[in-house]
Amino acid sequence: MVLTASTCRTETVFDYSWKHVVSAYWNRYPNPSSSHVLTEDTIRREVRDGKLYSRRLLSKTNPVPKWGARFYNNVPVKIVEDSVLDPVKKTFTTFTRNLGMKKIMKVDEIVVYSEQRDGRTLAVRRAFISSQVFGFSRAIRAFGIERFKLNGNKASSGFNYVLRRMFPQHQLQAAASTVNPQQNTADVALATTTNHSSSSKSESLKRTAKVGYEFCKSHASKIAQLFSVRN
Amino acid sequence: MNSIGDDCNELKKQYDACFNNWFSERFLKGQTNDSVCAPIFKVYQECVKRAMREQKIELREIETDYSTGPTEYDNNNIGGSSPGAGASKQQGKS
Repeated sequence: MVLTASTCRTETVFDYSWKHVVSAYWNRYPNPSSSHVLTEDTIRREVRDGKLYSRRLLSKTNPVPKWGARFYNNVPVKIVEDSVLDPVKKTFTTFTRNLGMKKIMKVDEIVVYSEQRDGRTLAVRRAFISSQVFGFSRAIRAFGIERFKLNGNKASSGFNYVLRRMFPQHQLQAAASTVNPQQNTADVALATTTNHSSSSKSESLKRTAKVGYEFCKSHASKIAQLFSVRN
Repeated sequence: MNSIGDDCNELKKQYDACFNNWFSERFLKGQTNDSVCAPIFKVYQECVKRAMREQKIELREIETDYSTGPTEYDNNNIGGSSPGAGASKQQGKS
């Protein structure tokens, strides 16, 4: 079991009260950014000690390109989401992870929604990505999932759309913004090939390695996107 | 949003409507009794579980207790903890 994971943390502020955010959360699909989400079911739910525990099962389309066929069949990806909502402390924690295909890649995401002093809602999202496929695992460790991180800004747009539609009169400030995206990878020592080498043999070797590496990197981020539910 | 079972869509719609109303009108106002949606939830669950079995969705991993963090990264001090007695099994075979 590969335990080394790349982690990535983003913070998003929603311009709505915590109560509005958590109410909209259960209704965030479908939205214009969620065309990849096919189904959504609550498969368990109860109140314990005044807190609401829910488990939901989501399925996402699997836009498998040709290269992916050798890893898995073209079936929708299943994602499980557990959540705990504390109405007294006003915290809502969601934990999503992919069901199956974990050797190829595991994407665990935790989002904590809490009330800010100014009445708006802060969402702190952490993603842990790991793989037992060597090329992927190396790409993830070295670079984190760049696209995954970059898309942080887009991530909340689908949810914001639902919030605006449900609570048109309750927006507290301007549009939501993603602040302070940061990434910590376990190993950032692997550098990309630079063009300063003089030996042509090592040059071509490096080029080949780089092509293979870019392949893994781009596919690793595609799979990570597939297993993620941010919209 | 659709259910995983085509024949569960109507039940899901009814349950979601019941839940949304209960959630904002009761639960967020301090009433924790959730019995009002229990009957429709039960019927909806039977439908979904059947659909999951038909689609061969691994139920073993889904039947563990709720979890709010990947247990193998505990040293990262993840917010939230696994509630209840049953520890979650995150490391099931894939």
